[in-house]
Amino acid sequence: MNIDSIQRGIVIDHIKSGNSMRIYRYLHLDDLDCSVAIIKNVKSSKMERKDIIKIDDKIDINLDILGFIDPDITVNIIENGEIVEKKNLSLPEKVEGILTCRNPRCITAAEPSLRQIFMLHDEGDRKVYRCFYCDSERK
Amino acid sequence: MFHLIDIKDLSVEEIKGLLDTAEDIIANPDKYAEVCKRKKLATLFFEPSTRTRLSFEAAMLELGGSVLGFSEASSSSATKGETVGDTVQVVGCYADIIAMRHPKEGAPMAAALKSPVPIINAGDGGHNHPTQTLTDLLTIRREKGRLDNLTIGLCGDLKFGRTVHSLIMAMSRYENVKFILISPEELKIPDYIRRGVLDKNGIEYVEIDRMEPVMDQLDVLYMTRVQRERFFNEADYQRLKDVYILTRQMLNRAKDDTIVMHPLPRVNEIPVDVDDDPRAKYFTQALNGKYVRMALIMKMLGVKA
Repeated sequence: MNIDSIQRGIVIDHIKSGNSMRIYRYLHLDDLDCSVAIIKNVKSSKMERKDIIKIDDKIDINLDILGFIDPDITVNIIENGEIVEKKNLSLPEKVEGILTCRNPRCITAAEPSLRQIFMLHDEGDRKVYRCFYCDSERK
Repeated sequence: MFHLIDIKDLSVEEIKGLLDTAEDIIANPDKYAEVCKRKKLATLFFEPSTRTRLSFEAAMLELGGSVLGFSEASSSSATKGETVGDTVQVVGCYADIIAMRHPKEGAPMAAALKSPVPIINAGDGGHNHPTQTLTDLLTIRREKGRLDNLTIGLCGDLKFGRTVHSLIMAMSRYENVKFILISPEELKIPDYIRRGVLDKNGIEYVEIDRMEPVMDQLDVLYMTRVQRERFFNEADYQRLKDVYILTRQMLNRAKDDTIVMHPLPRVNEIPVDVDDDPRAKYFTQALNGKYVRMALIMKMLGVKA
């Protein structure tokens, strides 16, 4: 894989330095057959240091997960070696199957088979994720 | 399908409609005596609660319907490890509507995702208790003649007291309502209510750890019990259980038209000699609970008088 030039694939850019392995795991990139490059601690004028992930195939990316981890990440879609689309992220309204509710009184603590769901709440001066079932905040 | 999990599931207009129906039931009970004939209410109480369960059952019986269910988890399939989702799918085959109480927070929501019939949350852990809130709203409206322009003191366990959380959410939607939150540091209201309801909506509130200085400001004093079953640590419960006791002397500081409410059961927080004071409305409140639950069951089953 030529790290400098993907012909057809995805570049996940502006990852906060150190977060690339977390994203690799959440997106299950280890399950892919194509080449995946994780480039860490790249010098950046905007961020000083950043991580980049390059995926040598056009796959479906869960943008909600990326938006949840860091809404400042950019996702570039590459065709014929050119960026054809730049996706900006935002905090997703709903996050499923990523976070776990830590409230021991929550029904999810008693019934592990329940899907873990968190909803974004706008609380005036801040936005927080709260458990869909018990409303506990996930910090 | 409409489920009542959280008081926020009801708009201000819907709440007004329910309270209007409840008032009409009080005025004309015979009109409603058979509106739920051949309908069945299942009361699934995974946690004991005599009062709420009997209130639901009395409500359905007075509407001409019938009731079935269980009153503690030990007599349900929960002891065999059945999920609430499976339980309501089975019970939904036998009943037209379900009232569920569960010690785990969010259990009625998990049930609603699977239920073939409407679910009413009859209390989930320290989380929500919307029908108690409807009861409280009916009591306040009947006793004070309004739901706006009120100063409401909430006293005791504001952390685990689900009735308090639901009441704050509901009353926050009316004009010029101010809250005075009286609790020890350890039992203050949870962050999701403080930030997510009060701060977010710009509601005026004060947090204080003593009753005396604020008694003369209150239109409504809502007392709560410090609930042993919500504590993981018995020592903490013993230390906090009798922090607030509304004595007659204390009540003398209040206005003549202040009303004293309590979701019941009480323990020591209101001595029995306060019951004779005309401002004590907690038993009237319990009676109102039946009427408002009748109105709710009718609404959720889509029946009219």
